[in-house]
Amino acid sequence: MISIKNLHASVDGKEILKGINLEVKAGEIHAIMGPNGSGKSTLSSVLAGKEDYEVTEGEVTFNGKDLLDMDPDVRAKEGLFLAFQYPVEIPGVSNINFLKTALNEKRAYEGKGPVEAKDFLALVKEKQKLVELDGKLANRSVNEGFSGGEKKRNEIFQMAMLEPKLAILDETDSGLDIDALRVVANGVNTLKTKENAYIVITHYQRLLDHIVPDFVHILYNGKIVKSGGKELALELEAKGYDEVKKQFETI
Amino acid sequence: MIAEKTNTAQQIIDAISPKAGKVGFIPDNVLTNAMLYLENKGIPTNKHEDYKYCNVDAILKKEFKNIKQELKTISSVNEFKLEDTVTLVVVNGNYSAELSDKIVLKGLHINSLNNLDAEGKKQIASIADAESDAFIALNSAFSGQGFHLKIEKNAQLQIPLHVIYISSCEGEALVNPRNIIELEANSEATIIEHQIAFGTGKTFTNFLSEKIVKENAKLTSYSIQDEKENGFSVNTNQVKVERYAKYDNTTITLSGQLVRNNHNVVLAGENSEAHLNGLFMTGNTQLVDNHTLMDHQVPNCESNELYKGVINDKSTGVFNGKIFVRKDAQKTNAYQSSKNILLSDDGTINTKPQLEIYADDVKCSHGTSTGKIDESAMFYLNARGISKESANRILLNAFAGEVINKLEVDSVKEYVEKRLGF
Repeated sequence: MISIKNLHASVDGKEILKGINLEVKAGEIHAIMGPNGSGKSTLSSVLAGKEDYEVTEGEVTFNGKDLLDMDPDVRAKEGLFLAFQYPVEIPGVSNINFLKTALNEKRAYEGKGPVEAKDFLALVKEKQKLVELDGKLANRSVNEGFSGGEKKRNEIFQMAMLEPKLAILDETDSGLDIDALRVVANGVNTLKTKENAYIVITHYQRLLDHIVPDFVHILYNGKIVKSGGKELALELEAKGYDEVKKQFETI
Repeated sequence: MIAEKTNTAQQIIDAISPKAGKVGFIPDNVLTNAMLYLENKGIPTNKHEDYKYCNVDAILKKEFKNIKQELKTISSVNEFKLEDTVTLVVVNGNYSAELSDKIVLKGLHINSLNNLDAEGKKQIASIADAESDAFIALNSAFSGQGFHLKIEKNAQLQIPLHVIYISSCEGEALVNPRNIIELEANSEATIIEHQIAFGTGKTFTNFLSEKIVKENAKLTSYSIQDEKENGFSVNTNQVKVERYAKYDNTTITLSGQLVRNNHNVVLAGENSEAHLNGLFMTGNTQLVDNHTLMDHQVPNCESNELYKGVINDKSTGVFNGKIFVRKDAQKTNAYQSSKNILLSDDGTINTKPQLEIYADDVKCSHGTSTGKIDESAMFYLNARGISKESANRILLNAFAGEVINKLEVDSVKEYVEKRLGF
């Protein structure tokens, strides 16, 4: 699905990612954990194509194509999805029109005609139910006045609508209470198939109780310093990040 | 020695006078004062404080070197008609009964300014002072057969009026449309004033409207400028709002090489209200300049202004909004906001709010902002698969929507959105 090799990236001349290697196959869930400032959000931003970041070295292949060569919208059309840690409020742009545009641009990219109004509304209803998103929110401006939980659910709702091949969940659990966390996790689990994959970026282990990863990677100081199975997350939870910091300080 | 004529006003007068004929309806003293004003002060240059960013004199000198005044007539306006409105047509300043819809609306009276009775004649130049501005003077000196539109006392016009002003010529010409719109007490109307230019020639349209909104009347007014790249215009609205009356205007500039709007509102009666909204989206080397004056003369009135600009290429946008609160105008509420997006490095926006307040118990505020397209919003849309181009359109539409949504006539709103590519 995605193959990241020796990825280096900097922002304002400061190197944040210092050689990331990661291989994610279809059907897999990978969790990336790490202390604050380790480069977790930078990794997701670089993969989604945010302009502020400069890739200085390395390569990323997404379904056989050079990901870094694509504009952000093309990455999305190719099936990459980033669930934002801080979803952006866009006053004056209705949630529903925004989604329709996104869906139709993706369909056009795949050589399909625009979605029928009737089918689109049915799809919206179905996917809203999945994340228990209030139908009224669809007609409001994108994320405007949404609570923290509603914003995160809206991210998963969009993901459900766009059916990406690879979804990167960037600290989707931050700012969520237990109930919202369960709703979001249920949504993700329902959408999981053998054909798609997830990279779940999180600071805490608790999300991984609900979305069970196949692999856990520890990111520290711009590198993946340790990889393992789901038990690695539990170990990390028990020992804390200080242990990691001590062990890999010199890197 | 004979001095070389450099006065633009004089050149215009010389070019038009032989073909203009006598303006019948302008009172003699007004006409004399207008000519004197033009002779003495001429067309404003950028040395004039009100025309600092809009050097009309220089533009006229450059673009109108050979005013031939060869005006053209029009055979049809069907392509400009808007659904669910009544069309009235003014060609080169002259009301055309032939091209206008032949519908009788209860309470609506249309008359030529030449045919007004003594009472009606008193309204001519009653609120547009020919000695206050060169373009009012110019219009007063040369306007054609302007029209008078009256909504009778207690009448509520059910269908919006769509007045199409067409400027059309070969070569170069100056056109001076003029009207009086009078809403008698307790009446209500929506009037769309839509300026277009037609044909191959270059036109300088010097539009003047005197609007009188009488006690408890409500005028909803839309001004749309769409004169394309050969259109140059200065558009003056002098509005008087009386007791408990309400004036709402939304001005949308769709095109025009030069568009200067002077929108001057006098809140003359207590508890009156005025709202001015504006949107201009400029490109190429366009210059769009909106000047507003909100004159609070009496207590307990409210005014609100929202102007938005999107500036692209090497174009220039200007917003100058003056709120004038006179000594007696206690309990005034006056707000003004100007928001702009600069899309290019070579574009320019000048905004200048001016508050002159002589009363002590008032609420007044103004704000202005200029920025670029929000990059985080842009990235969010891109990350959902929406291309830069579409995202740009979506975000500009959202920005402009705040003003476009003030257009309550569907066909007008649709027309504007279509013309702006939304």
